[in-house]
Amino acid sequence: MLSGGGGGSGGGGGGAGGGGGAGGGSGGGRSPKPSFVSYVTPEEINLTEKEISRKEKQPDLLQGEVIFCSASPIRKCTQDDFSQRGIFGSLFCTNFRISFISDETQLEEEEGQVFKNKLYGENDIPLTCVDNIYRGFDEKKKLITSGSVRNKYPSKIIIHCKDLRVFQFSLAFAKEEDAKKIFQGIVHHCLEPKSLKCIFAFSYSEKMTFSSENQTKLKTVMFDSMVDWAQEMKRTKGNCKLVSANADFNISTKYIWCWSHHSGCALFKTASLPLMQEDGCSQSYRTYMERYCTCVKTEELPETLPTIQDIQQSYNKFKQFFLVDNTTEFWMSDVKWFSSLENSGWLDIIRQCLTKAVEVVECLENENTNVLIMEEEGSDLCCVISSLVQVMLDPHFRTLEGFQSLVQKEWVAGGHHFLDRCNYLHKDKESPVFLLFLECVWQLLQQYAPAFQFSETYLTVLSDSVDVSVFSTFLFNSPHHRATTIQPVSLLAQKGPLNLPTVWDWSVQFNSAAQDFFTNPLYVEKSRQDKVPRKTFRPKHQRHQSLPSTAFKSSPKKSFFKDETDSLKKMLRVKRISRWLNPTDLTQSTTREFYEAWQRKPLDYHGLLLPCVDGPALRVWAQRYLRWLPEVQIFGGGAMTLEKKLVDLLAEVRELRGKLDWHCSVDFSHRGAAALAGSSVRLSSAFPFFVSRTWSFKPAIPSCLQKNLITGTFADKEDEDSECLGVI
Amino acid sequence: MEKHPSAAAYGYGPESSGAAPNRKPSRGGGGGAAAGGTGSRQPSVETLDSPTGSHVEWCKQLIAATISSQISGSVPPPVGLRALRDGNKQAQMEEAPRVPGETIKTIAKDVMYICPFTGAVSGTLTVTDYKLYFKSLERDPPFVLDVNLGVISRLETISLQIGENNRGIEIVCKDMRNPRFAYKEEQSKLEIFETLTKYAFPLSNDLPLFAFLYKETFPEDGWKVYDPVAEYKRQGLPNESWTISKINSSYEVCDTYPALLVVPTSIKDEELRKVASFRAKHRIPVLSWIHPESQATIVRCSQPLVGPTDRRCKEDERYLQTILDANAQSHKLTIFDARQNSVADTNKAKDGGYESESFYPNVELNFLDIPNIHVMRESLRKLKEVVYPSIDEARWLSAVDSTHWLEYIRLLLAGAVRVADKLESGKTSVVVHCSDGWDRTAQLTSLAMLMLDSYYRTLRGFQVLLEKEWISFGHRFAARVGHGDENHANSERSPLFVQFVDCVWQMMRQFPSAFEFNELFLITILDHLYSCLFGTFLYNSEQERVNKEVHGKTVSLWSYMNSQVEDFTNPFYVNYENHVIYPVASLRHLELWVSYYVRWNPRMRPQMPVHQHLKELLVLRTELQKKVEELQRDVASSRSISSSSEHGPSPSHTSTPLYTTV
Repeated sequence: MLSGGGGGSGGGGGGAGGGGGAGGGSGGGRSPKPSFVSYVTPEEINLTEKEISRKEKQPDLLQGEVIFCSASPIRKCTQDDFSQRGIFGSLFCTNFRISFISDETQLEEEEGQVFKNKLYGENDIPLTCVDNIYRGFDEKKKLITSGSVRNKYPSKIIIHCKDLRVFQFSLAFAKEEDAKKIFQGIVHHCLEPKSLKCIFAFSYSEKMTFSSENQTKLKTVMFDSMVDWAQEMKRTKGNCKLVSANADFNISTKYIWCWSHHSGCALFKTASLPLMQEDGCSQSYRTYMERYCTCVKTEELPETLPTIQDIQQSYNKFKQFFLVDNTTEFWMSDVKWFSSLENSGWLDIIRQCLTKAVEVVECLENENTNVLIMEEEGSDLCCVISSLVQVMLDPHFRTLEGFQSLVQKEWVAGGHHFLDRCNYLHKDKESPVFLLFLECVWQLLQQYAPAFQFSETYLTVLSDSVDVSVFSTFLFNSPHHRATTIQPVSLLAQKGPLNLPTVWDWSVQFNSAAQDFFTNPLYVEKSRQDKVPRKTFRPKHQRHQSLPSTAFKSSPKKSFFKDETDSLKKMLRVKRISRWLNPTDLTQSTTREFYEAWQRKPLDYHGLLLPCVDGPALRVWAQRYLRWLPEVQIFGGGAMTLEKKLVDLLAEVRELRGKLDWHCSVDFSHRGAAALAGSSVRLSSAFPFFVSRTWSFKPAIPSCLQKNLITGTFADKEDEDSECLGVI
Repeated sequence: MEKHPSAAAYGYGPESSGAAPNRKPSRGGGGGAAAGGTGSRQPSVETLDSPTGSHVEWCKQLIAATISSQISGSVPPPVGLRALRDGNKQAQMEEAPRVPGETIKTIAKDVMYICPFTGAVSGTLTVTDYKLYFKSLERDPPFVLDVNLGVISRLETISLQIGENNRGIEIVCKDMRNPRFAYKEEQSKLEIFETLTKYAFPLSNDLPLFAFLYKETFPEDGWKVYDPVAEYKRQGLPNESWTISKINSSYEVCDTYPALLVVPTSIKDEELRKVASFRAKHRIPVLSWIHPESQATIVRCSQPLVGPTDRRCKEDERYLQTILDANAQSHKLTIFDARQNSVADTNKAKDGGYESESFYPNVELNFLDIPNIHVMRESLRKLKEVVYPSIDEARWLSAVDSTHWLEYIRLLLAGAVRVADKLESGKTSVVVHCSDGWDRTAQLTSLAMLMLDSYYRTLRGFQVLLEKEWISFGHRFAARVGHGDENHANSERSPLFVQFVDCVWQMMRQFPSAFEFNELFLITILDHLYSCLFGTFLYNSEQERVNKEVHGKTVSLWSYMNSQVEDFTNPFYVNYENHVIYPVASLRHLELWVSYYVRWNPRMRPQMPVHQHLKELLVLRTELQKKVEELQRDVASSRSISSSSEHGPSPSHTSTPLYTTV
């Protein structure tokens, strides 16, 4: 059909187009309503179509983005289109994404697309967002692994994304050469192991200069300097000594202060029980711990929580329920929904994490004991639990900036292995630990919405951003890794250090109207008269805390330390044994009591929050998981209609207040009403993520209703599928 | 009914209520309502003294749980204070508050209530002809359990030994709980069981249902809510094709149908009688709802008596053809048979059956595969085992799955969506029937009407819908619920209406701002489905209700509910006028209605403070609007320029319909 793939044709320069998915505000001049009632003859339509398709042949490339290969025509099979006819266009593979550019003019775009990502459009898949690629044949599909690609290419590829989108591209219409190239390109860049420097963020940031203005404008505390830590400690009235000894990152085992309770006790985390080491630094840490915590309760997370591998496996099962290739498959899996959900164990893992966090909270809140949480590396579940504890205890971390600072403190500075866990380099250490944390926060959010300044949309977007491979936040395994990666390059190139954007600079991805969706209109800000000074508890271990801090700066004699270390170890061991003696039921029942006692008290959104973890209370994060499935879109409904009502009301109240000429002391959270303008009937449960093209008000009718009939056929079907999946 | 302890203290005793003028003469008894409630910040003391009001208060509390510090933080327990003052008046303080017309039948002291959630507690048990009331001052604030007798399904003695208590009663309730009591074997206390049995099952003991003894008056008259002629007029009936027939005015043609029926104009009475003889229980096809634009109709009836010999009825065939002809937009008529095909075949062998497409030209027959009442009863029974008394949280999902309850909800919603879609997109008239046309048929037609017609999603409209599709068209409430009847094993019992209300709740969850009423509204309806306090849900048919003079001798549930509308109003309501709403009938969007089925479990008290926040905002808006209006009046009077509508209606009301249906 259309000759000459990517290179020659105009390079998207045509002012009219601006690229299908990627370009912002495309087609500003077009009529707002898609209308195919046309005054032109069919031939003319063909002509214009061709013209446009030539013009729009290329995606709008980002800075530093390079096209590797392309092919056309490619048919994209659409899910929300009942006719299944699909859209023709071109497929590109760049160093950042796989991009599909439709030949058709994207007339429908403008409306409802307030929530547009500036980095990638709805037909773009960042390479790091690709989860699995399948070859499709007949009605089946087969998983493609990196080694399995030879010279063949399938007629159809199915791409499952980490943000749960599903794409199906038919390669059958393209020239064989192109099809083969694009297929191999995609597989190579999405599945083969690669080196960190190949990640798009590096080429992106070389070309882009992220003005440090942007960075400084951010109110998020980054926890990359002593000052940040000192301030945080001051905020929580913590009583720990800052140690900068680790500035050169040579300490492997360490206790890290996380947060101080107002009673004086604090939360610490660490990698597993340190062995006797003679090097001075860890010595001083330990001594410090001993002095500070005569009474410390240790929680060994691996004893009670699932492993990283368990989490990964469970999530793999869980996400399959949402990666649906077609309507028939959807309705067949719908029948077994509850039992599949339970089998995946995902909600149970969330429950375990929340329960563990409540246990820790209980120690801090009720017993006023220091708590030390441990796991082998100290950077996976430790991060989940410690940050959850802080979200529950400290209302500061339920604000947008506070939450971002928390992630920065516990996860980025705390050395969570983002790079490995996100699997950017395809090295098999993947595990959705950070997502698990967001899931837990979402559970809290849906139980106590008015306590959070951010919305579920914010959490969903944050969970998506992890897989965009542009942000420094998720690019490294530790601050040390970050420092060593960034520095040498800049020395050689004689430039300043690479200035990678952080995810918190949301303007990289969204304009300010879209960012309005991040705030929760239900959030009840603390009114001023509520802000009574905190009761100052008399700390239990005052003697130790009031020790002059110089005591552990100087290095006293070894024997003295050895004794104390031994006693500490002994003490820890005793604690561990006592944990063994106490069956878990017992701790569970005290936690239950703790929860029930808390529940009887009036709820304070600016105080302690405890999640209800009973079966019915834990839900599936519908926005994140169901947003792309056309079958379950509730047209004219969904939680967003509630929000809209609230936003309207807030706007109205504001307006009325303005009329009354009160000096504008609006104590409710703002949200640009413009973002949600129009009738709530136009919203759907997937808003703002997925806006249906067709707006057909045809309801989704289950294709099969009778369970008995289905279970038989489905069982067969499933077997077939798993067989296929097994073939490598 | 267990409640948050502090609640009991408040509503009890005349002192707390006497101070406030009793604006609402709502001395009604709530279904299982305990007195009081921590209340909300609005000064609703007048509702606290009345058990009806307190039912609302209590439910609110159940729903809103531990809302905020201003509310329950400041509850001074007046009872406790009086206890200090008066010393030893324990018995008096454990006395039960009563609704007008209610009499105490027996009082037993030192009875132990074995609470599955908080442990055993001792107190005084009072049995009246309306309720069972247990109060203990052992706990601070006092512990109250209030169960109306109508909700009792069966009573059982259990043998146990707790301290001195060696006798026990288990009260199996229709609303998902089984409270247990223990007491010493004494002559005086043997009465408890007998008295309970007598008044819990009045019909089995030649006693009247309590609704006939209840003496409350309300400002609103709920019996006036439903006027069939007015409702049909709202739908644009009669018109040239449809007429309101009085053929059944003395219930001769069909004793389970209402007196007024909407039938095709061209059909003569004689033909109607012939059709009646061809339909099970004489339930002929009659119009339930008509689409205002396409004139497509929802018609309901029972199965045709085809029988194994494939009997035909010319009049019936012509009748359906007439229904088809009445709608010019479509040359098809769709019949939805709610049953499974195989079950319909079985019925055919037993003289029932379904319309054969070869005898009824232009008819398309669909089976909706919905199981019968026995399956539903069994499903809810299993569900009760799953949710009461305790929840196995590790196996929660599979336990819920094994009851199939949500799967049946899904089937019903999917069926109703198909009906609604046929009318809306297909512009085709539909006929809905099951076997007798009073169970699944009512569920399907009323759900479809709820989707299609926004009027039914308002407070009044929903009442009309229930009065019409369920009550007047003879859903057998007496048989399905078993009001006042001790035969708990009767296979006629089935929670079909509960299932319907659950479907409505599921729709409400998916469209949180499309309904004018709230969750409390639905829960209150279900509580009074069993309570026998109001006449609304008593008896099987309009004819029976006329014979028993229900309208004259009992109070309507709507009298009570419409007298305190604000409690049942959804603050999120946005006018969805002219919009069809299609719920998604996928298990991924269905959820167990925890705040109804699991509400007895104190851990599961859902929190709905969102409403609180919005209500505050609404109040604030009204205040501000008032002030703005005042200012504008001032300005207007000074300049003599009218600027009345400057601030205009709220944006939510200016929404332009995308497409219209009504």
